[in-house]
Formats: sequence, C-alpha cells, structure tokens
Amino acid sequence: MTLSSAASASSAASAPDDSHGWRMTAFGKILRTTTFKLTLVYLTVFVLFAAFLLGYFAWNTRRLITEQITQTVDAEITGLSEQYRQGGIRRLVLAVDARSRRPGSSLYLVTTPAGEGLAGNVGSLATGILETPGWTETAYRRLDDFDGGEHHALVRVFQLPSGFRLLVGRDLEERERLRDIVLAAGRWSLAIVIVIGVAGGLFVTRRVLRRVDAMTETTRKIMDGDLTGRLPIAGTGDELDRLAENLNVMLERIEALMHGLKEVSDNIAHDLKTPLTRLRNRCEEALRLAEDESQYRAALETTIEESEALIRTFNALLMIARAESGQARDNMTEVDAAEIARGVGELYEPLADDKGIALKVEAPAAAPVHGNRELISQALANLVDNAIKYGAANGTHANGAMPEILVKAQGEGERILLTVADGGLGIPEADRSRAVERFVRLEQSRSLPGSGLGLSLAAAVARLHGGELKLEDNHPGLRSVISLPRAGVTQAAA
Amino acid sequence: MRLLIIEDDRDAADYLAKAFREVGHVADLAADGEEGLAHALDGQYDVLIVDRMLPKVDGLTVIGTLRSKGIETPALILSALGQVDDRVKGLRAGGDDYLPKPYSFSELLARTEVLARRRGGREETVYRVGDLELDRLSHQVTRAGTEIVLQPREFRLLEYLMKHAGQVVTRTMLLENVWDYHFDPQTNVIDVHISRLRSKIDKGFTQALLHTVRGAGYVIRDTK
Repeated sequence: MTLSSAASASSAASAPDDSHGWRMTAFGKILRTTTFKLTLVYLTVFVLFAAFLLGYFAWNTRRLITEQITQTVDAEITGLSEQYRQGGIRRLVLAVDARSRRPGSSLYLVTTPAGEGLAGNVGSLATGILETPGWTETAYRRLDDFDGGEHHALVRVFQLPSGFRLLVGRDLEERERLRDIVLAAGRWSLAIVIVIGVAGGLFVTRRVLRRVDAMTETTRKIMDGDLTGRLPIAGTGDELDRLAENLNVMLERIEALMHGLKEVSDNIAHDLKTPLTRLRNRCEEALRLAEDESQYRAALETTIEESEALIRTFNALLMIARAESGQARDNMTEVDAAEIARGVGELYEPLADDKGIALKVEAPAAAPVHGNRELISQALANLVDNAIKYGAANGTHANGAMPEILVKAQGEGERILLTVADGGLGIPEADRSRAVERFVRLEQSRSLPGSGLGLSLAAAVARLHGGELKLEDNHPGLRSVISLPRAGVTQAAA
Repeated sequence: MRLLIIEDDRDAADYLAKAFREVGHVADLAADGEEGLAHALDGQYDVLIVDRMLPKVDGLTVIGTLRSKGIETPALILSALGQVDDRVKGLRAGGDDYLPKPYSFSELLARTEVLARRRGGREETVYRVGDLELDRLSHQVTRAGTEIVLQPREFRLLEYLMKHAGQVVTRTMLLENVWDYHFDPQTNVIDVHISRLRSKIDKGFTQALLHTVRGAGYVIRDTK
C-alpha cells in the first residue's frame, strides 16, 4: 500500500515539473498504466507471502531453540540434584563451581535459603527471580563479564529439599542472533523483491506501452482522415495482436463503407445529373417551342416518365447502399430459397410467355437460407428480368424451339444456389466482372430500358447474405448464380 | 370522403388538398403533429394522411396516440423512408398503409379511397360484379353461370380486384397485396398478369368488366 502511494506521489510530482520535461511525463505515463498497477498488486501479494513464509520459518526455529534449551537445562538440573542427593550441599557447590568455570553459555547459581550466593557464575539478576521456582526469562550479568553488558537468559529455579535453591539457565544470545538474521534477511529480500519487481514492471510496462503508443499513433493518423492506415501487429499472437487484428478488420470494413458511400455520391452526381439535365432541357424546349396544348401535354407526359425512371434509379441506388452497409441484416429470418424461386418464376412467367420465352422453375426441395425474403426475391427478380430482356436476343433457336429461361434453386453442400440460366447472347468473359459494377450497361443493352443497376443490386444482396453473385457461360447464354450459405451452417461475417 | 392531411411541407399539402378537392373530396390541413392530433381527435374523418416526419409530434406518435384513445380512423403514412423495415415500423405503429415519397397522386388517391371504403368492414363470402361471381369459400368463379378455371394467383388477383370493385387499384397495390412484394419489378409484370386474367373473364363477352385506367391502374366494374 505504501508502495502504490509512493508511486502515485512521484507521478503527481512529475506532472508540473517542466525541468525534466518529456522523460518525467513519460515516466508518469508508465506509472498510470494498467500493466504497472497490476505489477504493484502482484508485488504486494508477493511481499506479503514472502513475509509470511519468513515469519513462519523464524517462529518455528525459535520454538525449536527454546525446546532445546529447556531440555538441556532440565538435564543439568536432574544431574545436579543427583549430586546434591549423594553428597549434600558441599558436593553440589563443588560441581556447580566446576561447571561454572567451563566456557559456554550456561548459567549456574546455588544460594542459601536466605538467598546468599554459594557458587555459580551469575553476577547479578533481576530481583525476585529466585523467589519464583520454575521457568523465567530474565536479564542477567555474568561474574566474569566486566564490560557491563546485559544479557538475556532462560532460567529455571529449583528448590532443593533443604531450602537451598539451584538456578540453571542458558543464554538466549543464539535465539536473538537468529531473530537478527531473520530480520536482516527480511529487510534485504523485501528490498530486492521491490527493486526487481518495480524494475520488471517498468520494463514490461514500457514494452506494452510502446506497442500501445504505436497503435495510438496509427489511430491518430486514421482519425486525421487517412483510412488506409493499419495497426501494427507484432506477430506474437498475444492479446494485443488479436486486438489489433480485429481493429484492422473493422478498419477495412469502415474503409469499404466509406468507399461505397463515396462511390454512391459520385454515381449520383454522374448518373442522376445527366437525366436531370435532359429533363430540364425538355421542359425548356417545350416552353420555347410548343404551340398548342397537345404539345405541352406530350412534353409533360415525357417529363413524368423521365422522373419516374429517375426515382427508380435513385431507389435502386439507396437499396444497394443499404444492402452494402449491412443495415438490412436486422430483419433476417429463415426463408426458403425454393419458395422464392417459385414465387419469382410465377411472377415473371406470363411476361416471358408474352415475349415467346418459356420460363421454367426447378425447385424441388426446400433450400433454407437465413435472409430477407424481399431482398432475395428482388435480386432474383432482377436476374430474371435481365434474362427476359437480353436472353431473348437470340430469337428462336435454329430448330424452331422456344428460347428457354431456367430458374433453379438447389442445395450444394453448405451452399444454396439460386440460378437463372438463359440461352441468349450471354456476356463475353472479359466483361463479366464489369457487368456487376454499378451503372455499367454493356454496349448490346443500351437500347433497352433499365437503370443498369439490376446486377449490382443482386451482387450487393448476395454479399449482404454472406454469399456472392457469379456470372457464368451457359453455352450459349448467360448463367447467373446467387450462391448463399445454407441456413443453420455457421456463416463467416460478410 | 373527408380527409385530414397532416404534412409540414406547405406546398405539398396545398397541392394534395387541391387535388383531392378537384376529385370531389373534402380535405383539411394540419401543419404539425400537435395540430394534426387535435384535429383528428375533434373531427370526423374518413382517412388521415400523415407525413412520417413532422414538427413537434412525429407522425408515428400521432397515430399511436389516436389508436391508444380508441380512434380507429384509417391512416396512410407518407414517408421519405421507403425501405421494407421502415414500412414494417409504420404499420406496427398503427398505420394502415404506407406510401414512400415521391409518389404519384393517382397512387395516393387509389390507396386513400380503398382505405375509406374499407371502413365498412363488410367481408362477404361471394363477390358479384355484373354477371361475374367469385365464391371465396369454394374458390369458384363463374360468369353468366359458366365456370371459369383460374390459377391460384389469378384467383387472388381477381379476388382483390372484386373486393375493391368500382375502385381503382394500382399496380403497386396489386404487387403488395396479391404477391406480397414491396419492390419495384422494373418491367410491368402486373400488366401481363392482368391481360391473362382479362382474357379469361372478359373474352367472348360483349360487356368488359376489367378496365385499365390510364396512368393509374385497373378497376373492375359493371358499366351498365
């Protein structure tokens, strides 16, 4: 806890300090990062754990030492009281005298019942010790110790049968030294753990921070309007990489959307202004030249017709933009593509028949897709409409049979294919990808009505549903295929 | 028919009122949602024409408030938003029909008249126009006592036309109500369906019942 408050204090201090400039600010930035705060939390936990471990070790060792001392003292008391029993006080005094002269940390004292010392190596004791038989921890001074230093000892006072008292004890220096060692070890290891921990934390944090800074830099560039920028990926596959990858996918999507938006506005500018100009010219011409009511009426009628075509183009454009932005995804349910094929086929069959084309539908089995019935129907309707317009261009076949359009819905593995195949002129391979683009009307179709958006709309709807529109050669003729993921199969985001 | 037009665009509102009056209807105007709501609560109207985006109280709220007060006057929503989900939202809010802008007056007129007539709520089992009869239960169609065999879709087409006998129905209305499609099929596919139906019910009879109204749509009526 003291650590983190110290850290925040230094970061707070760094903020107004201009003399150290950037480095201090950068340091403050590091201190504020999540990684660094996390390091501090880990550090605290680790220190507490180490302190507990050390404390437990010290406590156990101390207990062991104390146990050893009491055992030794008990043994000596047993030995000495045996001497007393055999040879009386004289023998005891002699024995104590002999033992007192030995070097070591043992203490001995024999006193008369009145408390006068007879033998031993104890100089002075805390008062009252001799009056209380049993174990005591006390301060004492040795006889041979002249420098006056006080020591501590664990002593046992034993009352002999005749009223004499025997005191045996052992110096606790060993135990105190152990405490000092443990404390020193604790201090050092704490210091080392903190230094290494903080240094490690700073190191890791700086590395992470550097990567995040690089990301921020790119993001700032992107915010300034450069949508081509992508976040750097270190290639380690860690969480930052995954974040960067996802953000990059998001950026790609945004870029595509922006691109689409720009294209729509460009197209609106280009392809709506032309018919609008035509409309206006026609009105001006009528005002200038028309002489009677019927001519005005004719001019007005063409104006309405033109405006209707304009509205149609405009609606198709909005529809494409909407499909491409993915907004229509909210209204998707499971729909049967076979039913859509039958519905659209049924809608267009009389029209085809009218133009001398046989329109056939092959949709025997249910073909479930997750989608928007209206949009898929409209996409398929556009393809059928195209097939009727351009597929009949060949006229009747050489053998006199009626030209044919086949609308098919079938499952193929995990895909559902909606196919419209005609026997017309088809689209030359080189032009096929261009035909799907907005407003492209190939040379052969200029004379026919239409916004030129039918195929683009079908393609946009297919993409919205996670599928695609393919144009293929039908030998002869064109085969347009809308390929959609089968419902129930997990689909990748389009 | 008495109409209330709630539309904040003055020009568009004036044009609509004038056009409705020309064909013999009475049209009142309201310029914002609050005024419109007050009018609709006070007056007796056959149909409300409500712009979706209005100052003060928006169109959907106006309709929602009326419905919550038990006022079931049919309401047609006009909106610049024409997509399927916007339409669904409009109908869910209590609207009875939805027409995206820009619209033609003939389309609006046809839809308004159908809404006004629907108020009777009379659902007959047998529709009759002249000597043409359609039985909705047995799915039988006869003309002058002779049975006419129709495809299921042709039956539903005729059913819708006869339900609104004497009223003009537009191609979009047919596409929406008979086929349940709300998109523009580019080519006039409906015309071909109508001409097929016409050849089945009118062919061989001196009296034609199914008529084309130029610039508007179709109407089934006994002209006698």
